[in-house]
Amino acid sequence: MTGTNDPTNDEMLVETDVSDGLSAAESSVTDDADIVIESEDINVWYGDDHALTDISMEIPENSVTAMIGPSGCGKSTFLRCINRMNDLIDVARVEGNLTLRGKNVYDDDVDPVALRRRVGMVFQKPNPFPKSIYDNVVYGLKIQGIDGDYDQIVEESLKRAALWDEVKDRLHESGLDLSGGQQQRLCIARAIATDPEVLLMDEPASALDPVATSQIEDLVEELAEDYTVVIVTHNMQQAARISDKTAVFLTGGELVEFDDTQKIFENPESQRVEDYITGKFG
Amino acid sequence: MSTDDLEADLTRNTENAPRELLTRSFFFLCAALSVVTTLSIVGLLITEASKFFSLTAPLMGVAGETANLVDFLTGTTWQIHSKEFGVMALISATLMVTFGSAIIALPLGVATAIYLSEYASPQARSLLKPALEILAGVPTVVYGFFALIYITPALRVVFPDIGTFNMLSASIVVGIMIIPMVASISEDAMSAVPDELRQAGYGMGATKFDVSTGIVVPAALSGIFSSFILALSRAIGETMAVTVAAGAQAKFLNPLNPASYLEGALPMTAAMVQLLTGDITGGGLAYRSLFAIGLVLFVITLIMNIISDFVARRYREVY
Repeated sequence: MTGTNDPTNDEMLVETDVSDGLSAAESSVTDDADIVIESEDINVWYGDDHALTDISMEIPENSVTAMIGPSGCGKSTFLRCINRMNDLIDVARVEGNLTLRGKNVYDDDVDPVALRRRVGMVFQKPNPFPKSIYDNVVYGLKIQGIDGDYDQIVEESLKRAALWDEVKDRLHESGLDLSGGQQQRLCIARAIATDPEVLLMDEPASALDPVATSQIEDLVEELAEDYTVVIVTHNMQQAARISDKTAVFLTGGELVEFDDTQKIFENPESQRVEDYITGKFG
Repeated sequence: MSTDDLEADLTRNTENAPRELLTRSFFFLCAALSVVTTLSIVGLLITEASKFFSLTAPLMGVAGETANLVDFLTGTTWQIHSKEFGVMALISATLMVTFGSAIIALPLGVATAIYLSEYASPQARSLLKPALEILAGVPTVVYGFFALIYITPALRVVFPDIGTFNMLSASIVVGIMIIPMVASISEDAMSAVPDELRQAGYGMGATKFDVSTGIVVPAALSGIFSSFILALSRAIGETMAVTVAAGAQAKFLNPLNPASYLEGALPMTAAMVQLLTGDITGGGLAYRSLFAIGLVLFVITLIMNIISDFVARRYREVY
C-alpha cells in the first residue's frame, strides 16, 4: 500500500468514518482503553533512504503517547505518517497499514485533506499565520466550513490552551506579536478549535524556554483528558513526566520498545533502550 | 614576542593603509556615480522645464514665448502648432495604457506566480521560468509591431471600427510586457513565505487552494503590491511599444470609458518621442515642453516609488 495520493484530489474526499470504527473487542486489544491508532508494519523511504522499518504499535484513546529517540531515528517521520503529512514530500514513500479507528488511512479512497481535519498537528517551531489571534483560531473552522458561534469557540479553545487570560483583550492583534510560548499555545488552540480526534505534537516545546515548556507540558496532560495525544520529544524527562505510553525509536528507524512509560523508564526490556535512557548513548 | 613588537603590531592602523584607502575611494566613486547621474538628470529636467513656464522663465533669464503653468496642467488639448500645451491630453492616454495593462497583467501575473510557487512541478518550472524571462527580454519595439500587425487586426474582428492605432492594443501589449515583472517579483515574495506556514495549513486540513490563496498570498502581500507598483511604473514609462501602437494624435479621452480604448491617443512618452524626432528647434517653446512632460513623468514615477516603499514597509510580515 503506497501513500502517494494527490492531497488536492477532491474527488477522493471520503470521510474516514470514525463513529463506525472497530470496537475494542474487534481490534483484539487487551487494554481497557479503546485503540485509536493502530500501525502495522509501517515502512517509510525517502528516496533510497529507508527511514522507518516495520513500525507496529497501538495508540490508546485519551492518553499521551510519547515517542522518544535520538535525532534522525524516525520518530517525527512516524508522526507524519499518522496524518499523511509525508505525502507532501515528493520523494517519501510509505508502505504498511495505519488505521484510525479501524479505517486504514493509506487506503486509496482516503483523502489526506479529510484525514488531516480529524488529526490535528502542532509543529516544532511555533507557526501562527500572519493573521490576528482570532483569525488564527477560526482558520480551521473556516476552511472546513464548520458553522457555529465563532466567538464562543475562540474563547473555549484559547481557554483550553491556557492562553485566554493573556490575550482576551487583544484578540484582533497579530498572532506574531505574541511570545514564542504564547505562539505555541495559540497553535494548540488553533489545532483543537476544530475538535480533532487526535492531536499530533512534533517536539512542541523544543524551541521554547523552560517556563513556556512547563506550561506546554501541563497543557498536554490536560488535553489528554479529551484528546488522544501523540507527542514526539527529544527530552526524556519530558516524556517521563507527561506520557502514559512511551515508544523508543533508535537509530536506523526501528521501534525498539513500546510500553507503559513507567515500565520503559524503570525496567525496560531491551538493553539498548536502557542504555539510551540512562544516557550511555544517543 | 616582545612588548615593543606587540605595541607596534596592535597600532598598525590597517584601516588607513594606502591600499585600503584606494579601494575604499574607488568603490565610493562607483556608488556616487549613480547618485550624481540621477541628480544631474533631475536638475536638467527642472531647469529646462522652468524655462517653459511663464511663472518661472523670468527667473531663468529667458525671454520670449512661455506657457501658463495652470493651462499646462489642466488643459486637455495638445497641439504644438497652435501652441496649445494641455498635458492632460497626454496624461489621460498614459493613464489608459497603465489602467488597461494593469487589468491584464496584475491578475495574470499573480496567477502565474501562484502556479510557479505553489503548484508547478520542477519540470514545469524549468520550462516556464525561462519563457517568462524571454518575454521580459523582447525589445519593446517588437511588442509595438506585434500590437500593430497582429493584435489590432485580431481586435478588428470583434470591434470592426477600431482604429489602426488604438489604446486597446497598446494596453494589451504593455500588459503582456509587464506580466513577467509581476510574476517574477510576486513569485519571489511567495517563495519567501516560510514553509512552516504551509505545513500549518496542510496540518489543519487545508487544500492546496486554501493554502495558496488563504495563507501564501496574504503573507506575501507586501511583495505582491511592490510588484504591482513597479510594473505600473514600467507601464507609465513604457515608450517604444506605445509610440508604435497607440498613435500619434494627441486626444483627451476618458480612461474610465471603455469605448475610449478603441481610439488612438498620445501617451506622454510617445509625445516626447514625437517632439524629439520632429523638426523642432532647440530653445523653442515646443523643445522646452519636452522637459515639462519629462518632469511630470518623473514626478509620477517618483510618487509610485514612494507608494511602493510605503506599502512594502506597512505590510511587510516579519515571520
